[in-house]
Amino acid sequence: MAQTAISHEAPAVYEPSIFGTYSKKIGMWLFLMSDSLTFGAILFAYSYGRISTPNWPTPFHSESIVNATIMTAFLLTSSLTMVLAVRASADGRPAAQRLWLLATMACGMGFVILHGREWSKLIAEGLTLPVFPKLAGHAATGEFANVAKTVPQFPATFFGLTGLHMLHVTLGVVYLGIVALRRNFIPILLIFWLAAWLGTPATSPFHYGAHVLLVAAVVCTIVVWLKPKVYDSSDVEVAGLYWHFVDLVWMFIFPLVYLMSAKII
Amino acid sequence: MDEFQIAIAHRVAEEQRHHSKGQFFWVWGALLLMTAIEVYLTYQNLQPVKMLTILMGLSLLKAGLIIGYFMHMKFEISRMKWLTMCSLVICLSLMMIFFPDALRILALGAK
Repeated sequence: MAQTAISHEAPAVYEPSIFGTYSKKIGMWLFLMSDSLTFGAILFAYSYGRISTPNWPTPFHSESIVNATIMTAFLLTSSLTMVLAVRASADGRPAAQRLWLLATMACGMGFVILHGREWSKLIAEGLTLPVFPKLAGHAATGEFANVAKTVPQFPATFFGLTGLHMLHVTLGVVYLGIVALRRNFIPILLIFWLAAWLGTPATSPFHYGAHVLLVAAVVCTIVVWLKPKVYDSSDVEVAGLYWHFVDLVWMFIFPLVYLMSAKII
Repeated sequence: MDEFQIAIAHRVAEEQRHHSKGQFFWVWGALLLMTAIEVYLTYQNLQPVKMLTILMGLSLLKAGLIIGYFMHMKFEISRMKWLTMCSLVICLSLMMIFFPDALRILALGAK
């Protein structure tokens, strides 16, 4: 029987992409399109619930609206710093690139911290989910406790939507941290994990949610161990696409979840 | 990445060098301004449907600016722009098929 030798050494011949750009970027766009459908489905489900529920509550006082507006400003500013990081990497200025990436991460962390504080405040006031740990000896009786009892769809959609978005922002900060600092970021990530885990009470959902950072640290360790590399301008641009997408989604969550549920006196 | 991909990435980076930095600051300012308008309108006691229409209009405008300038879609080739954006808009629009059912439940007077 004749044997056919197949050579894997021959140089590959590629055709130009029909999209006119490199495959890594096309891959990220495809991921973002699928993620858009995830967020789209949840936002449509929220809207469905809202339309079909008479007397949907509008409990957010001006304090919550101001807080959410500052969070929005943080995200918009982070998008500006991200685009400047992409520009610095295209110009071949690694120091500026790293600085802008760190600024983007700082804005993202500011967003998560403000959001976490708001969640904790709302939970303490009674807006909670059955899966959240119970506060021992504390029975909230305020307006939010009443909302959670009479319209359980409200806390379910609020925590579902904003929680999924917060997870995306957190993972985005980790992603940028790896692109900016490579393996040096992993011990920093572990410190963040310990601080978030030990610095929050056991009754807070963040006490357990902090373990996302530990999982992220393990995944990042595997990635940088399997494929150590200096991230170039294409990596920064692709990371930027993800970060802007996170900002983009918030542009719909902010008006739909917060502004349309603001208490007007 | 292989050499071919690297060459494309370099070309894309080269193209980005020609975009003025100033336009990113303008877009950022416009996004902040639109956010401020949204918050202002929230307290103007508008009818909910009118309010929702204005807010969604502004959100779509903001999304367009982010995708176009920050995500550089404005500078991609037409095929990339049309295929990605059309498929996304069609898929998202299809989800509206559920809204008549939500209105039906409301009309039934379900509590």
